[in-house]
Amino acid sequence: MARSSDPASSRPADAADLQDVTDVSSDPLRPSDHYDSAPARTPGDQGAGSADVVQPRLGLVGYLRFFWRQLTSMKTALFLLMLLAVAAIPGSLVPQRTSDPNGVVQYRAEHPDLFPVLDKLGVFDTYSSPWFSAVYLLLFISLIGCIVPRTKHHFEALRSKPPKTPARLSRLAGYRSVTLQTAGGAADAALAPASVVEQARAQLRRAGYRTQVFGDSVSAERGYLRETGNLVFHTALVGVLLTVGIGGGFGYTGQRVVVEGQTFTNALVSYDSFNPGRWFSDSQLSPYNITLDEFTTTYEESNADALGQPLDYTADVTTTTQSGDTSEHEIKVNSPLSIGGSNVYLLGNGYAVDVTVTAPDGSVAFRDTIPFLPQDANLTSQGVVKVPDGLSDQIGMIGFFYPSAVETGDGSGILASSYPDLLNPVLSLNVYQGDLGLDAGVPQSVYSLDTDGMTEIAGAAADQSALQLSPGTTADLPDGLGTVTLSDVKRFASLDVHHDPSQLWVLLFAGLVFAGLLTALFVPRRRVWVKASTTDGGVRLEYAGLARGEDPTLARAVRDIARTHLAGLGVPADAARAATSDDDTGGDARGDAGDDPGAGPASPPGSTSNDPARSTEAPSRAGRRMRP
Amino acid sequence: MTEDLANFSLVAVYSAMAIYTISFVAFALDLAKRSGDAQQESASSATATAGPDAGSVGGAARGSARAAVSGGSTIVLDREAATTVSGVGRGGGGAGAVGTSGPGSTRRRRGSSFERVATAMMVLGLLVHVSSVVTRGLAADRVPWANMFEFSLTGTAIIVAVYLVAGRFVDLSFLGAYVMGLNLVLLAIGSVNYYVEVVPLQPALQSAWLVIHVLVAILGTGFFAIAAGLSIAQLIQTKREQARLSGLRFMDTLPAADRLEDLAYRVALVGFVLWTFTLIAGAVWAERAWGRYWGWDTKEVWTFIIWVLYAGYIHARATRGWRGARSSWLSIIGFAAVLFNFGVVNVFFKGLHAYSGL
Ligand code: HEM
Repeated sequence: MARSSDPASSRPADAADLQDVTDVSSDPLRPSDHYDSAPARTPGDQGAGSADVVQPRLGLVGYLRFFWRQLTSMKTALFLLMLLAVAAIPGSLVPQRTSDPNGVVQYRAEHPDLFPVLDKLGVFDTYSSPWFSAVYLLLFISLIGCIVPRTKHHFEALRSKPPKTPARLSRLAGYRSVTLQTAGGAADAALAPASVVEQARAQLRRAGYRTQVFGDSVSAERGYLRETGNLVFHTALVGVLLTVGIGGGFGYTGQRVVVEGQTFTNALVSYDSFNPGRWFSDSQLSPYNITLDEFTTTYEESNADALGQPLDYTADVTTTTQSGDTSEHEIKVNSPLSIGGSNVYLLGNGYAVDVTVTAPDGSVAFRDTIPFLPQDANLTSQGVVKVPDGLSDQIGMIGFFYPSAVETGDGSGILASSYPDLLNPVLSLNVYQGDLGLDAGVPQSVYSLDTDGMTEIAGAAADQSALQLSPGTTADLPDGLGTVTLSDVKRFASLDVHHDPSQLWVLLFAGLVFAGLLTALFVPRRRVWVKASTTDGGVRLEYAGLARGEDPTLARAVRDIARTHLAGLGVPADAARAATSDDDTGGDARGDAGDDPGAGPASPPGSTSNDPARSTEAPSRAGRRMRP
Repeated sequence: MTEDLANFSLVAVYSAMAIYTISFVAFALDLAKRSGDAQQESASSATATAGPDAGSVGGAARGSARAAVSGGSTIVLDREAATTVSGVGRGGGGAGAVGTSGPGSTRRRRGSSFERVATAMMVLGLLVHVSSVVTRGLAADRVPWANMFEFSLTGTAIIVAVYLVAGRFVDLSFLGAYVMGLNLVLLAIGSVNYYVEVVPLQPALQSAWLVIHVLVAILGTGFFAIAAGLSIAQLIQTKREQARLSGLRFMDTLPAADRLEDLAYRVALVGFVLWTFTLIAGAVWAERAWGRYWGWDTKEVWTFIIWVLYAGYIHARATRGWRGARSSWLSIIGFAAVLFNFGVVNVFFKGLHAYSGL
């Protein structure tokens, strides 16, 4: 059967006369189970008598060798790649601690039984879990084990010469022969084989081939760049992994909420949260100040399908560097500010309220600007006010801020926000009296209030309903505790400061990955031969090529080489074209699409099984290619 | 104005679907006709051994091909008179006749009238389709691929365009029904389930990377779609060549399995290169917009999985014992993952890529 999926089983019978074309010393070194390599050797087989069925004992070194070869085989690489794809899936099905910590908390609440099991398995940290790491580490060990010998071999191949011209060119890709005669019948000197071959050599050289003359033939090879590209590609993958893995350790990320008018100083103490890399040190924080002068938002006002949709966020800031230089900048989404070796991103925004709490005696018990966290698209926001001192008792307030307050319409008096901008700002406060728990020494979030041990004195569960304030108004606290004033509403920007020295390196390697890929896939690697022999009254020229790897344009390339060569010998272009054309194709891109000129005369039109690896017909990898 | 354009776009997409439906039917009829042709040819061809056995065809031709090896052409260089070329004794004229009726005859068939109608309708449909894409872009005053509806709209146009352009180089007429069928399904889902009115871009999407990253992703998807179609055809053809499948006579008029594999591989490679670029460009954009280039966001995860699957496909093609039908499964799985990434991950998975617009 000509077309078998296992090339090894259909090796050409007359392999002997191929020996010269399948000279592999300058071929890329590939894993032994690469379809284009010689059949794999078994561990005991040391190259000699493979008829030897009884394998010698392996010994430790033998086994290590064997496993190493297994690890660096194509099958293992394939298996590990598939495993990597599968192992990446769970992390997309459940929330990840790194990217969605709140999602994890929620998941735990919703699946109390499943959660501990999954957590043991590490699926909430899939991409740093031992099993995921094991897969990619093995893959990269395999990869390195693959690259190193190939690189070594490739360096040697780069210095080697093109292989000897095979005895029978007629079985190779794009084969054609042309006999040149002068009208008189006698060969003129210009048509002597040696000079014809020399001319072909010069032409091939100009075209970037490496050439070697063997008698009355020239052997040429090109496309070493293909293997170079492949090696660059795979090596750059290792580069990406290393720079991501190691480089991240030198960086840091920090978050800080800055209200209009406030200044943020790049120092550990001023961050709301901070994630240092493994090798981070304080000295990496270059001291600079960022003042948020103004935060501007634009919302859609006319498109009825998108009313209130944000169109733009702009943070106008003034920065002061260590040297005292002051300058003004804009930070936007997609347009971070680069300062002091770090990038400052605008990742969120919302409202902050200026609240003043005054004791009955008129003294100010509390005054602060408190950021409220947005809860929905219309920026209904929630925040907490804690007043530990200055009143007769500690009070805490849970506040809801509605930038455009409307009644929910069910008559309950419950408010909602109908638009993200400040059309009708209202602050609603539920007031609790009792122990804030601040003295216990347990750190507390500024965004939450623990109401255990406190009594609600204003709000849904209390006699008095929640306090409602619009900017500039004051309300009385229950029981004559004092008053609360909402003096102003401001915007805040949530800034992320990132420093990642490896970022550029990652990008560089990613660029190499891409460049290597293009080169490895689209640079053809091929051998071409031009052979001349004297016939009565002329010279017979033969042209043929051999693909090393996917090479759909090989046959056409051989044809073009023949044409150029003939033209150089004084053959008029149309005659050269006629003499070298393929039978019924004429070479136009559409007409011959299916027809494989690579098959040449050795393969009849209509036979497609000219993939030599599977064909009993063509001996080498000749002729498998089609025109694009 | 915006509304008029958006409405025109919608009318255009429904019109395009109507035209595509005609094209689909015509392609299906063409396949049916191929079955008849294949039957007739095998009945009338005395030399071709019956059954899908290309090997025997090649074998029969072998003798004559060998004989022709020493042929070639002769050019008489006459410096005075015109140069003459003679005797092009190329490989077996007789063999050609044998080869034409075998399965996987690679000579380009003369298209049936069904095929011509189908292709013409496809081109017409594409023109209307493109007008829909363009008016949608004009209506929104930005590139028309910022939500799932627009992505489906533009993506399907690109699949057809990739098919037509690739068809300029190789005969892909047998894939027409697949492309039209896939397109109709995707367009129907896109315009019925994913339709959203024109809305402005949210700040996170306001970037030149929207143009580059997403466009290249759509292009890659187009190539993967064609590659998957070729791989499916390859699988069927392989089964037939192993004589395990006897129906589907029209498959006789398709290229042989190994040639389909070559084609699928080359098309998938282009898709893979585009996908690699998408991945890198996406990381660069994520760094700009979210402050980190990679965060294992669900969409990032799936883009990565698809990339790894196709890397696996490429390796499978290079692995002994995996080349052939086995490797083609990976191309099909890869494309299934692409569809999953778009249709399921966007809608049902939570993540930063909240641009489905639904
Ligand atoms: C991180 C994992 C890997 C990825 C993403 C990857 C990706 C790729 C890609 C995209 C290609 C096609 C481009 C080209 O020809 O250069 C390729 C080819 C190749 N890879 Fe890998 N690879 C990986 C690991 C490996 C390993 C571990 C091996 C060795 C066992 C290997 C051996 C090869 C070989 C020999 C080729 C050439 C195939 C051919 O000749 O057609 N790769 N790889």
